[in-house]
Amino acid sequence: MTPLLVIADKEIRDALRNRWVISATLLMAGLAFSLTFLGSAPTGDLGASRLAVTVVSLSSLTIFLVPLIALMLAHDALVGEMERGTLLLLLAYPVTRSQVVLGKFMGQIVVMAIATVVGYGAAGLAVGLQGEGADPQSWHAFGALIASAVLLGAVFIALAHLVSAVARERGGAAGVAIGLWLLFVVLYDMGLLGILVATKGQIHEKIFPWLLLGNPTDIFRLYNLTAFENTRTFSGLAGLSGQMEFSPTWLLSALFAWVVVPLGAAMVVFKRREL
Amino acid sequence: MKTLGDESPRPPLFFQSLELFYGWGITIMNQTALAVEAVVKTYGNHHALNGVNFAVPAGVCMALLGHNGAGKTTLMKLLLGLTRPTSGQITVLGTNPALAGPEFRRQIGFLPENVIFHAELTGEETLKHYARLKGENPNRQNELLERVGLAHAARRRVKGYSKGMRQRLGLAQALLGQPRLLMLDEPTTGLDPMLRHEFYQVIQELRSAGVTILLSSHVLTELEARTDLAMILEHGRITAFGTLDELRREAALPVRLRIRASDPEQVMTALNGITARQTAPEELELTAAVEEKMTILRTLMASGIDVSDIEIQLPTLDHVYAHFGREKPAKEEK
Repeated sequence: MTPLLVIADKEIRDALRNRWVISATLLMAGLAFSLTFLGSAPTGDLGASRLAVTVVSLSSLTIFLVPLIALMLAHDALVGEMERGTLLLLLAYPVTRSQVVLGKFMGQIVVMAIATVVGYGAAGLAVGLQGEGADPQSWHAFGALIASAVLLGAVFIALAHLVSAVARERGGAAGVAIGLWLLFVVLYDMGLLGILVATKGQIHEKIFPWLLLGNPTDIFRLYNLTAFENTRTFSGLAGLSGQMEFSPTWLLSALFAWVVVPLGAAMVVFKRREL
Repeated sequence: MKTLGDESPRPPLFFQSLELFYGWGITIMNQTALAVEAVVKTYGNHHALNGVNFAVPAGVCMALLGHNGAGKTTLMKLLLGLTRPTSGQITVLGTNPALAGPEFRRQIGFLPENVIFHAELTGEETLKHYARLKGENPNRQNELLERVGLAHAARRRVKGYSKGMRQRLGLAQALLGQPRLLMLDEPTTGLDPMLRHEFYQVIQELRSAGVTILLSSHVLTELEARTDLAMILEHGRITAFGTLDELRREAALPVRLRIRASDPEQVMTALNGITARQTAPEELELTAAVEEKMTILRTLMASGIDVSDIEIQLPTLDHVYAHFGREKPAKEEK
C-alpha cells in the first residue's frame, strides 16, 4: 500500500469510527426522502416523470447541503492535526506533505461519495421504482446528479483543505469555512441579483454567464438543470438553455478546475508551512 | 567552561569524544550519525537555535538536556527534516534531512513529546497504521506490543489508555522497522519507576545493537550510566557537550565524603586544613575537590584512626546540569 492509500484508508476508517459516514448518509437520505415525497404532490397528473422532478428538487438541496457537509468534514483536516500534535509524528514517517493533503482529500471524497450515493440513491430508487416513475433519460439525469454532487463535494473539500492549510487554529478554520459557505451559497447569488437589478438587466449577456462560473454551486446548478431535456422542462430553464454559453462538458470541466486549483494551492501552502 | 556555540565549525570536544569512542575500538562507531554545523533557526525575532555545532558518532546514545524552550524540540525537528535551518548545515545518516527522500525516514524512529494518537483506534490498529506508513508488514506488530508491555491492551481503544500506556505505544511505533536512528523527545514522562526501568532496558538492547539514540529528558539522574554523551542546551546555545565524565570534570564539582569514626576529633586533626562538619556524634561530613579524594582516603588509612565507614557521594547529573544551567548565554539575544 502506498502512503497515499494508507492515509486515505485511515481517513475513511476515522470517519466510520466517529460516525461521520453514518450521520452524513442519514442526513442526506432523510432530507432527500422528505423533499421527494412531500414535494411530489404538485406534479399530480401532469404526466411528469417523478424522477425528473426529484432531480430538480435534489439539485437545490445539494447546493445547500453538500458544501456544508464537505466543509464540516474537511476544514480541520490539517490544522486539526497540527493543533492536536499528531502531524509532527505523521510527517516523521516516509510520507511527503503533498501525500498527506492528497491522501486525506481522497479519503474524504470517498466518505462524501458514500453519503451521496447511499443517501440520494435510496430516495431515487424509491421514486424510480414506483410504477410510472421513470424513463431512461431521467435515470441518466439522476446518475449525473449524484456524480456531479460528489464533484461539488470535492470542490468544497478542496477549499476546506486550503483553509486548513492556511489557518493558525481550528476555531479560525471553522469560522472561515462557514464564511465560505455563506459566500457561495447565499451572498454570491445575492450579489449577482443585485447587479441585475442595479443595471436593470442590462448587464451584457456575454459577461453574466462568466460571472456564474465564479461560483461552483452555480456551475452545479446550471449543469443539472440544463444538461438534460426533461429536467430543463421542470426547472423553468428550458428557454435559457438555448442561449447557454457553456456545454455540459464545459460546465463539468469548470467544476473540475474548482477542485484542482484550491487543492493545488493547499499543497503549496502546506508545503511551506512552518511546523 | 567552553561555550561551544561560539566556535566554528566544529567544537574540539567533539574530536575528543570521537577519539574516545574510536579508542574503545567499537567498529560500529566508525561513522558520524549526526553532524550539525553552525545551525541557526529563527522564528520571526525569536532565535530558537543560535549557532549550534556538534556531531554524534553512530551507535552512541546521547542525552539532550535543557529547560523548556531551550531549543531541544526545534533541534529534533531540524534533524528529522521537518523544518529547515535559517542558516548552517545538518547531516543525518549521511544526508541532508530536509531534502532526503522516504528511504531516509524509513531508517528513523521518532517519539514526539506528549505523543497523541487517534483516540478511537485501538493500540493494535494504531501500530498497524504506522507500520503500513513505514512499508512494514502490519501483521507482525504483536511482538512489538509485547516488547513494550502492551499486549494485554492491544484491542482496547487508545482513549482508554493511561499516559504511560500511550507513551509505550509511542515507543512501539518508534521501533517499527528496526530504525538506525532513534529520536525520543521526553520518552519517560508518565512512566512509573518500574516502567522507566523497563524502558531503559529496551534502550540498552538497542544500544548494543548499534542503534544511534538521541533522547531528551527532564529526569536527569535516570540518565546516569545510560548515555554515552550528553549535551546541554540553553537559550538555543550549547553550554556543555561531552561524555558524562567529561562534563563532571569540566564542572569540577566537589565530592562529598561522610566519614564514620569513633573519634571524629582525631579525624579532624588528621585531615589538617580540610574543613569538616560534624553531623552526628560519630559522623563527619566534608566536601573536597575530586582530585583531593584519594589523598584524603590515603591520609585516613595511614593515620591508623578507627574509621568504620566512608561514604563517597559523587556529584549527580542533576548537580552537573544545575551547574551548566546556571551559565548565562554568551551573548544576549536581540
